[in-house]
Amino acid sequence: MSEATSDLLVVTGVVKRFGGFTALDGVDLNLKAGERLGLLGPNGSGKSTLVNCICGTLFNDAGSVKFEGHEVSRMAAHKRIRRGLARSFQLPKPFGTMTVVENLCVPILYAANARHGAVHATPAMAREQAMEILKKMGLAAKANEMSSGLTQVDMRKLELARAMASQPKLLISDEAMAGLSNSEVDEIIDLLFTLKEQGIAVIMIEHIMRAVMRFSERVAVLVAGKKIADGDPQDVMRNPEVERAYLGE
Amino acid sequence: MKKMSNKAFIPLVYVCALAFGLLSMLAPNDYFFSAAYTVLLFVILSMAWNILGGYTGYVNFGTAAFFAMGAYTTVALFKFDPKMPIGVMIIGGTIIAGLTGLGMGALTLRLRGVFFSIATLALSVVMFTFVVNWDYVGGARGAYVIAPQDVPFGFKRYIYFLYAIMVFLSATSIVVARLIESSTIGRGLEAIRDDELAAECCGVPTLRLKLLSTTISGALMGMAGATYPFFVSYVEPASTFNLSYAVNSIAMPLIGGMTTWIGPLIGSLLLGSVQQWVQVTVSSAWNLLIVGVLLVVFVTMAPEGIMGWWFEFRKRQRIRKGGAQ
Repeated sequence: MSEATSDLLVVTGVVKRFGGFTALDGVDLNLKAGERLGLLGPNGSGKSTLVNCICGTLFNDAGSVKFEGHEVSRMAAHKRIRRGLARSFQLPKPFGTMTVVENLCVPILYAANARHGAVHATPAMAREQAMEILKKMGLAAKANEMSSGLTQVDMRKLELARAMASQPKLLISDEAMAGLSNSEVDEIIDLLFTLKEQGIAVIMIEHIMRAVMRFSERVAVLVAGKKIADGDPQDVMRNPEVERAYLGE
Repeated sequence: MKKMSNKAFIPLVYVCALAFGLLSMLAPNDYFFSAAYTVLLFVILSMAWNILGGYTGYVNFGTAAFFAMGAYTTVALFKFDPKMPIGVMIIGGTIIAGLTGLGMGALTLRLRGVFFSIATLALSVVMFTFVVNWDYVGGARGAYVIAPQDVPFGFKRYIYFLYAIMVFLSATSIVVARLIESSTIGRGLEAIRDDELAAECCGVPTLRLKLLSTTISGALMGMAGATYPFFVSYVEPASTFNLSYAVNSIAMPLIGGMTTWIGPLIGSLLLGSVQQWVQVTVSSAWNLLIVGVLLVVFVTMAPEGIMGWWFEFRKRQRIRKGGAQ
């Protein structure tokens, strides 16, 4: 691998405008394989927009997004996940008319299969793989329930499980814990920790400081579409600019 | 519940169709075949509509346009060579309507929900205007398509032959629907229906699958339409582009249930037969009224259709059994 490709994800100078409003103003972000990054920022600072630009649900106006050394910023979302760039949604988006296990079959049949080329999973194999993941995520007992009937915490788990099912190299978790109780937050963090063991890099977007500090090896902070800090979690928290953004003058 | 494999299902459908066709020879009079032709026409149309509307979740109001594309392909081919075999016309109609579906998809599938539906309705109007002004196929005057004197394959009358074709085409549309439903493509379409953005982010090539869906759906509608000129002998735009095709092909899957191929089949057989029966016994004007009333009843009382009702019933039964043990 050349030097440029040693980072899993390289975001350079990404700009995204909505009409006259600049949501992202030249954001740079690097991520190594297997790294755990916490992405912080007040409401409206552009965190979700950045995720959308990385995953392909929005196209950036300027700058580049490179994944494993390949430029992906003009690639459709379904092609990016096939390369290993998965995400979960802030508001869970389950496939409501399918059961939980069928939900997971979609990324297995479409994303993971496309990547492996010749080694295609048949629907029956996909189901087995999906069950494996559900076991790890503690959702096995609900495998055959309709996904629209799940509780909030289970729906968040399903979001993560479905992103996992695509066998990603990078998983972006967009506020998977908003609105959950303390013990539920811990449950989700434990699940995210298991990803590290599988060598999956994680970008965690979260408002819950405790969760971010416990989970992240590195923290980046976005404010008004600009990255104002990036580094060791403790150092970033002591950064006066970050304090100002969160607590005011 | 184990599902039957496609290898077993496909021959079974055709055997059932053959049995059904042979059984029809017991019909007391020839009117049965005219009525049955119409019912089968709606079986195909609702099966086709359901591929886009039920599986993919895009409500198409332009059924009449695709149907008419098939019918007018036959008219055009007939004008070109009246001796052309009907099989060629059916294939031609299927291809033309399929291409229309592909074109419509490319133009409109970036629209969602009600905007897509309005666009399909507009397509219908555009096609209508086009045909009215196309002199070769008769324009607003209409055109005669006279069935050949000697009926192929030794059928006694042409309507028997047409009926046999429709039985075969209905079986084909069921097979196509079931093949899609049970395949990975069907799973992808389902994902699009539930949440298009999530589907795209799960690796489903949403645009391509939607185009496939409009193409197949349109092609099947055109396939049904291609036989229509021989059934009515006289084709003119106002009746071929009739809104009742759109209304019926939406109502039938809705009443039957939109998630499986059985739904539109039950819906169209039921509603189609009731309509035919009312037309003869009460009056032809009551036709659409019945559709309207049934539609309102089902949308309010059983939004998942007859099949949805049935699944719910089975589920309750299982729970009750489980509780007894």
